[in-house]
Amino acid sequence: MTPFHTLLAKELRCFFVSPVLYVVGTVFLFVSGFIAHLMVVNAGQQALRLLQIQNTYAQLNLNELVFRSLFYSLDFVLMFLLPILTMRLFAEERKLRTFELLLTSPIGINEIISAKYMSVLLIYCGLLCLTALTPVLLSLSGSFHWAPVVTGYVALALQGGLFLACGVLASALTENQVVAAFLSFGMIVVIWLIGGFGALLGDSTIGTIFSYVSFTEHYDRLVRGLLDAKDVVYYVSGIVLTLFTAHRVVDSHRWH
Amino acid sequence: MITVQHVSKHYGRHTAVHDVTFHVRKGDVLAFLGPNGAGKTTTMRILACFMPPSDGTAHVAGFDCLEQPMEVKRRLGYLPETPPLYQELTVNEYLTFVGRLKGITPSRVPSRKAQVIEQVGLGPVHHRVIGHLSKGYRQRVGLAQALIHDPPVLILDEPTVGLDPNQIREIRSLIKSLSGSHTIILSTHVLPEATAICTRVMIIHQGRIVAEDSPERLSSRVRQSEKLSLTVKQPSADWLDRLGTLPGILNVFPTAQPDTCTIECQLGQDLRDDLSRFVVSQGYGLLELTPLSLSLEDVFLYLTQREEFSEGSPTAPAQVTPSRADERAAT
Repeated sequence: MTPFHTLLAKELRCFFVSPVLYVVGTVFLFVSGFIAHLMVVNAGQQALRLLQIQNTYAQLNLNELVFRSLFYSLDFVLMFLLPILTMRLFAEERKLRTFELLLTSPIGINEIISAKYMSVLLIYCGLLCLTALTPVLLSLSGSFHWAPVVTGYVALALQGGLFLACGVLASALTENQVVAAFLSFGMIVVIWLIGGFGALLGDSTIGTIFSYVSFTEHYDRLVRGLLDAKDVVYYVSGIVLTLFTAHRVVDSHRWH
Repeated sequence: MITVQHVSKHYGRHTAVHDVTFHVRKGDVLAFLGPNGAGKTTTMRILACFMPPSDGTAHVAGFDCLEQPMEVKRRLGYLPETPPLYQELTVNEYLTFVGRLKGITPSRVPSRKAQVIEQVGLGPVHHRVIGHLSKGYRQRVGLAQALIHDPPVLILDEPTVGLDPNQIREIRSLIKSLSGSHTIILSTHVLPEATAICTRVMIIHQGRIVAEDSPERLSSRVRQSEKLSLTVKQPSADWLDRLGTLPGILNVFPTAQPDTCTIECQLGQDLRDDLSRFVVSQGYGLLELTPLSLSLEDVFLYLTQREEFSEGSPTAPAQVTPSRADERAAT
């Protein structure tokens, strides 16, 4: 068992003994289930209306009516919820002075950061898997294309991965968990709003750069079913860059 | 085993440790003594590779703390000022985690864990959640954490703080039993502790080493004369003056009790034989004659005050009054 696995196991254990995961998990699953329910009811009403007008069974696009809206809504839910999952990762260690134990043990800072990030990513992906109940249940009574749903889940995983990386960085910056949560929320909102700014500037070079830096257009393409390498590269490089910054921040604590 | 050369640490403009150099041989127990903020914790943190020094080099077990921190960390057990405990884990889970983190092979973890639980006396609470333990037990879990991988070097930042007298005695005897096979550095405010368990004492004041030696030699270095305490049964009115006429006696000081006095004689002279014969011949009735030694506390006060005096004004430090070492130890 390497130090990475040891720390990963401990982090997962800490998640399961603290109430935070259960609260965040319950809220996330309830909200995602509720949104899915609203979307399905809405789709049903549209089908009824079409039936009254055209007197035929309309072919409804469930991908568009249910899943795309669901993925867009979940994006907002994640913005609020994921900072709460990540806030304790480093802030608590520093507050309780257990960070001194980690830094004086034969484990590198990159292993510490990757183990902590991996733990919260696994927790998040687990939660995401539980929401797969919605497409599974819908597939029993309706028909839709699975491929855009899968890319939508890939989008959610990558998007969440980026948010979690921001959370890790924010948690490394402060001793206070509440500050860490707000800081990561702020970071995510700024990255999001940069996209709006880019759209305002239009096709100019700066506008294109701003639009690229924001996750909006990358997320949009994935949700619409376009699995493009450049979007995946965007997310992966964003995560790596954010975690690298967190590495520098943690390392710099040792110097002062 | 531990070599520190010209190590300094600056926090911005503030210098926490200034040009500190010392060596610790294998099997030694070295105590850092010093007032709060003297630089003890900073020095320990540098040795534990928690923070790098601003200047100078530190070697532990032959490895450089800056160049080969992983090798150093494998050979070092460190108990910080605040024990680094995860409140939500049980003692067992915590020690398993630390053991694996420190790189013990998984098959050895249970036996090492059982051994340290026995060593620090955690038997009754090993299945309990750390957050529910008393301060004394938490301190012991912290100590167990430093010992779990059986490191040759131990760095303990105030290991007995927050413990009750019984626990303090247990932990002291544990540290004593570890000395010889382990090289230990500990910091303490409690001066009798340093005298009781350490082979060498280093007094740090304002980031500098003020003195470093064995506790006995430190006190003899500061002492400028031999002092004796004399108690008699029936002192005469002029007994102090008559004592002063004896050859070799420099001064006779009265004390709060009329039948007791402090006698000062030249360094290296033992006048007990002459004194007892004189007292008996005068018919005072000899009750007690004890040589007074400087306790570590006096040495500490003397050295740290001298530092302040030499910086502030050229006047001499306050008179060091000797006291009975055993009395100090009892308090």
